[in-house]
Amino acid sequence: MKKNNRKKIAALVIMVFMLAIVAGCGGGAADNGDKAGDKTETINVGLNVELSGGVASYGTNARDGALLAIEQINAEGGVLGMQLKPIVRDCKSIADEAMSVSAALVNEKIVAQIGPLTSGNVAGSTPIMMENHIPLIAPAATAVNVTVDEKTGKTNEYIFRVCFIDPFQGTLMAQFAAENMEAKTAVIYGDNSSDYAKGLAQYFEKTFVEKGGKILATEGYVKDDRDFRATLTKIKGMNPDFIYVPGYYQEIAPLIKQARELGITAPMGGGDGWDSPDMVSVAGNEALNNTYFTNHYSSEDKDPNVVQFVEAYQAKYNKDPDGFAALGYDSVKIMVLGLEEAGEADPGKLAAALSNITDFVGITGNMSIDEQHNPVKAGVIIEFKDGKQVMNTRIQP
Amino acid sequence: MLELIQQIVNGLSLGAIYALIALGYTMVYGIIKLINFAHGDIMMVGGFVGFFSLTLLGTNILVAMLVAMLVCAILGVLIEKIAYRPLRTSTRIAALITAIGVSLFLEYTTIFALGPAQKIFPDSAFPLKAYDIAGLSILNKDVFVVVSAVVLMLVLQYIIKWTKTGKAMRAVSLDQEAAVLMGISVDKTISVTFAIGSALAAAAGVMYGVYYSTVNPLMGIIPGLKAFVAAVLGGIGIVPGAMVGGFVIGLLETMVSGYGNSLYRDAVAFGVLILILLIKPTGLFGKDTGEKV
Repeated sequence: MKKNNRKKIAALVIMVFMLAIVAGCGGGAADNGDKAGDKTETINVGLNVELSGGVASYGTNARDGALLAIEQINAEGGVLGMQLKPIVRDCKSIADEAMSVSAALVNEKIVAQIGPLTSGNVAGSTPIMMENHIPLIAPAATAVNVTVDEKTGKTNEYIFRVCFIDPFQGTLMAQFAAENMEAKTAVIYGDNSSDYAKGLAQYFEKTFVEKGGKILATEGYVKDDRDFRATLTKIKGMNPDFIYVPGYYQEIAPLIKQARELGITAPMGGGDGWDSPDMVSVAGNEALNNTYFTNHYSSEDKDPNVVQFVEAYQAKYNKDPDGFAALGYDSVKIMVLGLEEAGEADPGKLAAALSNITDFVGITGNMSIDEQHNPVKAGVIIEFKDGKQVMNTRIQP
Repeated sequence: MLELIQQIVNGLSLGAIYALIALGYTMVYGIIKLINFAHGDIMMVGGFVGFFSLTLLGTNILVAMLVAMLVCAILGVLIEKIAYRPLRTSTRIAALITAIGVSLFLEYTTIFALGPAQKIFPDSAFPLKAYDIAGLSILNKDVFVVVSAVVLMLVLQYIIKWTKTGKAMRAVSLDQEAAVLMGISVDKTISVTFAIGSALAAAAGVMYGVYYSTVNPLMGIIPGLKAFVAAVLGGIGIVPGAMVGGFVIGLLETMVSGYGNSLYRDAVAFGVLILILLIKPTGLFGKDTGEKV
């Protein structure tokens, strides 16, 4: 008798679970239905960004910058007589999730998608955007193969970006290391699990060697690593003049901290992946002294456009905008320019207009989109001084 | 030479953390022949409790560790009562699968409750001091981790060898049915084992947080697996084996990163698992207790 009762209870529990699952799915579908209704009054803009996971600070800040731009534009009357409606979704810093988020956004009839932030996650979204002929504007994806198909050499018709590309970044830092820092030897210790970091390392090495420097060693770590001391001890023994550490902040921050703890005093450099408030909170002010990274802009720039943006951002969010916020803002602005040139809220026409943009004045610099959908623009070298990001030099290509 | 000693220092602190987690695995296996895959996640919970103790309650690091150990001891006992005890008479596979389930449950509940982002340990919890001894950089963190781990292991050895509870634990792991016949409460002994094992894992979690300055919900997976390898290496079910195994794996990892290629680090750790199971499955300290006819 007891066994029968247990089986009944088990069956009941399973049924309750099934109902819960079905209810959950059903709820989701109903939501989608509602949104499609009010398309005539608004232009839907999809924001597919990393709000959680390994690069959450990039997506969060880019979203904030984008939303500020949308708010300002809507306040001035919107675009083509319609208001912009942002639809924000979290792709959790995972490429597969970015793909399903894009699919969901496409269902909501967006005119363009802004984001994701990292090159790997943009690659996840790309097939869906290309299939549905909807433009994707990447605020900060810097790998070359984001806009250009590696195998065919053809530019991806619907993928655009407002940031510089990795060859530029890696080259910039190598130039800085060789010329400004007068380094003769360098060690590269980069993230081996990301194409972004590998690209940066490749171009750094190329330019550094061209300028007469010597790469003593190339070491690697992978995502989610937290213990770098063994390799850092090895690097300390080599005594390089400069250490190039391309990667994302979650690993870089403990890496730099451990390097300084081990007594490595050499200057260290990296790419825009370093740009996050977490760097200071994890590594601490002291560890970050004498470190540099290439970035898209500096909030200290005295250019009136930048000053205005920084003030508006601070007023709305009570924090300083970082590079990703500025790029999120510029992504929306360039999309709006494209819409105005296209004359219609049509994704295909928007894509065509975007490929022809010249002299867009953005917060992150003046840019013209070239044949590979890459903007030709300047980059800055940022230095960490006492935990603050300070602009060191601005380099025009 | 100096670099080698520095690497050894690195390896010892890493090994200390693995050893503490490995002890939990080995004790639980010794007593109920279950590989508790949720153990790494108990370490993660311990790290988080330590974090909240430091930030919300404003305690110092030692109190935070004790709080974490207490909370995780209770958590360990609860898990045993809810998830493993009902399956004591079922097949071992069932218990193993449940352990994996508990592990996933702990991880994703933490993500659900606290978000997947990492939490940063306040610097004030453990102000850094580097001791420059003859060119070696030894941090007070290294000393803290290794000393605490050794102290905890000594306490554990004392409990096992010199207290009645320890005797009961040894008896139950030797022969559960005979222990019952001797009047030992098997349920209570198992609960105590889980409590002690989880407390040690919690200590490891707090040390991890202090050492790497961050805790995140998925931080228990890889150290948990490596600690499992350490436990098997030392001889699963044998307490001194887990301690030695932990330090061996820590040193091995550091040596591979330092002198070989840092990318092969994980591959070597798990390669050791395969090797030991092929060559000496009972582990370094394992005795080959054959079937007594």
